[in-house]
Amino acid sequence: MKTSVIVFPGSNCDRDMAVALRNATGHEPTMVWHKDSALPDDLDLVAVPGGFSFGDYLRCGAIAARSPIMRAVVDHARRGGLTLGVCNGWQVLIEAGLLPGALMRNADLKFVCQDVHLRVEEVQNPFSRGYQAGQIIRVPVAHHDGNFYGDEDLLDRLEAENRVAFRYVDANGDATARSNPNGSARNIAGVLSENRRVLGMMPHPERLADSALGGVDGSVLFEALAA
Amino acid sequence: MKARVHVTLKNGVLDPQGEAIRQALSTLGFEGVENVRQGKLLELDLAEGDPASAKERVEAMCEKLLANTVIENYSVEIS
Repeated sequence: MKTSVIVFPGSNCDRDMAVALRNATGHEPTMVWHKDSALPDDLDLVAVPGGFSFGDYLRCGAIAARSPIMRAVVDHARRGGLTLGVCNGWQVLIEAGLLPGALMRNADLKFVCQDVHLRVEEVQNPFSRGYQAGQIIRVPVAHHDGNFYGDEDLLDRLEAENRVAFRYVDANGDATARSNPNGSARNIAGVLSENRRVLGMMPHPERLADSALGGVDGSVLFEALAA
Repeated sequence: MKARVHVTLKNGVLDPQGEAIRQALSTLGFEGVENVRQGKLLELDLAEGDPASAKERVEAMCEKLLANTVIENYSVEIS
């Protein structure tokens, strides 16, 4: 499997993402600088990593989404190419118009950096098919603007189309206000595109993809992509 | 010519920063502030000389970059 990781000024999870992809696929991902205008040929997956691209100026992900490489990323996604955006990467994919809704300042205004429990809501897609439906996993989050917003019509549509990939829950699997680290609508932690080939998520699976990091709940996602 | 762009959150979109500002005002003794909505002001210097086409161009900038129209409204003043 051929993968690429996009690197913006201010990306800081790009190398973690590359390690997770390399371990799962057995091949070194190509790191692609934001000023490049083309992706490698025959690419299977593009990952847009976490970080603070362009210092979060204007809105998180707004400037990155207009950088030259993003035209190629949008083309790749529109052709059905696998596209994963984690944390700032999800913000970038939303700003680029590949995923719906918006990610706003956390409801309590604080930067949140902790492990959260997620319920895997949806396994009929290339990203989370390695998990059991309803499985509870534990993955770190670290963000200031992860408060997923959509109007009621959008939220209902995402649920009806089974496009909510992950939801913030407590250790028992209940989606409560306390288990919601950022105020996201309906505890939504990750969203799939209509064709289920693009996933945006706030939690960081690449930070829990090696037992040396304290767990491997995240590596299931990368192994499913590579399988 | 100059353009001033106001970007504000749409009605119905929660504004936790506005709410924190309202609470801080109340702490300072400014009573009676029922709601605060915060936003952005952008000032642009334009080479353009025609107000109508300047407005049209700045509105296009708002649609493409300056505002996120999923959650934000914008207004453009040309002077």
